[in-house]
Amino acid sequence: MVGLSHYLILASLLFAISVLGIFLNRKNVIILLMAIELMLLAVNLNFIAFSHYLGDTAGQIFVFFILTVAAAESAIGLAILVLVFRSMQTINVDDLDNLKG
Amino acid sequence: MIFQDYVFYALAVILLFAGLRVITTRNPVHAALFLVLAFFTAAGIWLLLEAEFLAITLVLVYVGAVMVLFLFVVMMLDINIERVRQGFWEAIVPGTIVGGLICAEMIMILGVKHFGPDQIAAPAPKPADYSNTAELGRQIYTDYLLPFELASVVLLVAIVAAIALTLRQRKDSKYISPSDQINIRREDRIRMVNLRSEGETQPRAEETLEKREEI
Repeated sequence: MVGLSHYLILASLLFAISVLGIFLNRKNVIILLMAIELMLLAVNLNFIAFSHYLGDTAGQIFVFFILTVAAAESAIGLAILVLVFRSMQTINVDDLDNLKG
Repeated sequence: MIFQDYVFYALAVILLFAGLRVITTRNPVHAALFLVLAFFTAAGIWLLLEAEFLAITLVLVYVGAVMVLFLFVVMMLDINIERVRQGFWEAIVPGTIVGGLICAEMIMILGVKHFGPDQIAAPAPKPADYSNTAELGRQIYTDYLLPFELASVVLLVAIVAAIALTLRQRKDSKYISPSDQINIRREDRIRMVNLRSEGETQPRAEETLEKREEI
């Protein structure tokens, strides 16, 4: 019998996978953005699972707003990425050292 | 095990597989396509949780818009995969430790012991005429009206920012400012030249020259 815990464990596994993805793809900004999207998906899964099992639609409304903000975030992130590529001809994180950080 | 349980396990396996492929595949285009698969599968799981509106929204907004945007950008940029992949597996040990710890901690708290089917019973199925969309819409337009308006402002700012960031003036553009065109005066364009007449038979020629300049 699948219960709330199964959904929560699935979401935490997905979250751990995307954390691992951020570690592995630390040089590739596009895959980094994708890993962040996966993280948000895992969080949304938690919200919806709790919303279903506790019978409270507030969780689903929260997911609605998270989707909005995530869409805006990825649009602006990709715009910045295009801008960086246009000015430096690369998106390799190792080459992006103009600020000497 | 009931039918929904089998569906859940199948979707969970596909979701985890797609997530793993997103972070390990070489080609960013393949990563984007596996992310599409992950979103589709997650939408299926959300349907199991009776969140129909959000499942459809996930497919429409994420698969239809955000992932297409990702694919556009991935295909537009020229990524040197060999350089980006250098030392790819070096961080596998710390990554696995951190990810595994996060996962283990969450499972210890959220596991079957505290959140299992015995502790939190599945809610009774909703009646057939219950509409998830109507319920969400009612709450968004009454209790959450201000956050909803703020979300629309966030989207507007995102649109303006994305356009403002990527818009550029091309060097070979033949664009002329319309306000400059409208504000032009006759004196800026026409210069009256007094030509001395050469002989008695010439005045006609001078007249035509002046006319031509006016044009």
